[in-house]
Amino acid sequence: MSELLSLFFETHLPVLPVLLPMFTAVALLLMGDEGGEANHGGRLLQRRRLLSFSSVVLGAVLAWRLMSEAALGSLNVYPLGGWPAPFGIVLVVDRLSAMMLALTWTIAVPVLWYAAGGWDTRGRHFHTMFHFLLMGLSGAFVTGDLFNLFVFFEVLLIASYVLLVHGQGQERFKAGVHYVVLNLVASALFLVGLAVIYGVAGTLNMADLALRVGRLGPEQAALFKAGAMVLLVVFGLKAAIVPLYLWLPNTYAAASAPVAAMFAIMTKVGVYSIIRVHAVILGDGAGHAALAAQAWLLPVALLTIALGVLGALAAHSLARLVAYLTVASVGTVLTGVGLYTPAALSAALYYMMHSTLVAAALFLLVELVATQRGESGDRLQPAAPVAQPILLGMMTLLGAASVAGLPPLPGFLGKLMILESSALTPAHAWVWSVVLVTSVMTMMGLARAGSILFWNVLPAAPTGKHSIRAGSSLRLIRATLGLLGLSLLLAVAASPLKRYTDAAALQLTDRAAYAQAVLGPVGGAAADTTRPYRGGEGEVILPAPKGKP
Amino acid sequence: MSLEFLVASGIGAVTAAGIYLILRGRTWPVVLGMSLLGYAVNVFIFAMGRLWQDAAPILSSTGRVADPLPQALVLTAIVIGFATTGFVVELALRSRHETDSDHVDGHEPGHHTGHARDDAA
Repeated sequence: MSELLSLFFETHLPVLPVLLPMFTAVALLLMGDEGGEANHGGRLLQRRRLLSFSSVVLGAVLAWRLMSEAALGSLNVYPLGGWPAPFGIVLVVDRLSAMMLALTWTIAVPVLWYAAGGWDTRGRHFHTMFHFLLMGLSGAFVTGDLFNLFVFFEVLLIASYVLLVHGQGQERFKAGVHYVVLNLVASALFLVGLAVIYGVAGTLNMADLALRVGRLGPEQAALFKAGAMVLLVVFGLKAAIVPLYLWLPNTYAAASAPVAAMFAIMTKVGVYSIIRVHAVILGDGAGHAALAAQAWLLPVALLTIALGVLGALAAHSLARLVAYLTVASVGTVLTGVGLYTPAALSAALYYMMHSTLVAAALFLLVELVATQRGESGDRLQPAAPVAQPILLGMMTLLGAASVAGLPPLPGFLGKLMILESSALTPAHAWVWSVVLVTSVMTMMGLARAGSILFWNVLPAAPTGKHSIRAGSSLRLIRATLGLLGLSLLLAVAASPLKRYTDAAALQLTDRAAYAQAVLGPVGGAAADTTRPYRGGEGEVILPAPKGKP
Repeated sequence: MSLEFLVASGIGAVTAAGIYLILRGRTWPVVLGMSLLGYAVNVFIFAMGRLWQDAAPILSSTGRVADPLPQALVLTAIVIGFATTGFVVELALRSRHETDSDHVDGHEPGHHTGHARDDAA
């Protein structure tokens, strides 16, 4: 029995991070959620929290297990429904996917713990939506099919629409309408890009696409590139790169703290998709369509850093400052991606882990500081002192120093790796100057914010004891500390993690092994039956011997 | 006029109408615009399997067969589009209720009812 169970577990492991949150969310829906403070501390609420939290912990264990398997170099391919690769949808867990999964679920644990400190009662079905969001994120990271990527994007987006307005209020609905409309238009563009790619290549399977794109003639390749550039716009909107980042500061500042912290990973879904499509499918060896985004990616990434940091300098609330720093961090990650070398990609992946964890921690910290300051909230103006200046001050210092890139924090290591890997590329002068100058400016912006928040305080005693107590709840502070601690672990474990990301980046360049694993030894021949459309006479030549019309 | 020309120009016209409506300032035209854009995109996906006449819709061992995959894709896209349209209608109504304005910015043009700190940015 136990052997059977472990066999089941081994076979179906890649799909479990998608199924687990789905079933949890459905169970939570069935349990019902009346919401509001009325049932605060009620038995049903406790049960919901228990189910939700244990499911997230289990998911984190699964994700780490997948990552430890992927670390050995195996490509874990899971054909859904048993359909072979180019015809059915496959899930593929390689090093990059497993890393993103582990990152998502690792952040989810402290964030959910934080949310269970009160946010989940300020509206209905927080836990349900949280798990649907996790389902969409996990699915997007493990899928090996571009259309399936679209579907999981929609799953995570719909969950994020609801989570964004969680807690309600005018500000959230205002930001919500913008966010939803922008993302729906982006979804339409996503479909256009996919349709063009399918029309040219005759497949949407990532492994199959990587094989076929190299065989396209120059004219078809141009069309393929056009489709891929449409996808770059879509992913760029999710990742918030210039000029598509304008929605982010408002949205993230309006979202409740745990939601904003979870959204820190959502920009990384955009980055992940850019890596999959532009660095892998359209990488070297893509024939006429190779490196379609190269001329754009690096300048756009550097501009994103610059504008993100300028926005952070000009921000007049702490939440906006952190949101702008998230934009800048996406730019830093994309700089590594845009250099198009495995070393730079590896550095970018390391920096991505760091920036996601720190951004999530800072979003939680913003709320702690804001509630302890009472009336003034997170506005950057002199106000009442926080109740725990030393604790919150040290946490802010830690996060800020890591974002700015001071040694020995992981942000420093990540930026150093990116700078190092750019040394031999023609763009290194640009990369070095932009990254270093913006680091100084980030430090200035954070120092300004920190001194206003913690030193430039009014003597007036804080008012509103309730809010002060809410902001110093042990659970909230522990959850935030947990996230900060995790980001510190990245520095402690930098050497094994860097080895992992090095291997992940190398694995992404190995198109043959990926195709072999996904499509099987007969991949090339079998793939020919999902033909690209040939000629205008509307004939399909079936491979069956007697099937000729 | 070929069928291809008709379909292509139809998609173009509907897309243009959709984009025009999305750029309006009130939520209801925006929702309509997104629906129109969705229709155009759906037909576009369908057309990417190429236009066929006298062909079976699903694979059989004899005869001409239309490409079945775009049909499956478009079904998925329709379902998702339907769900998101439903959501955005509800969100627009709720936003109208919360802010007393059906403008996408949550306040009438020229009236700043929102929090000043967010408008200044």
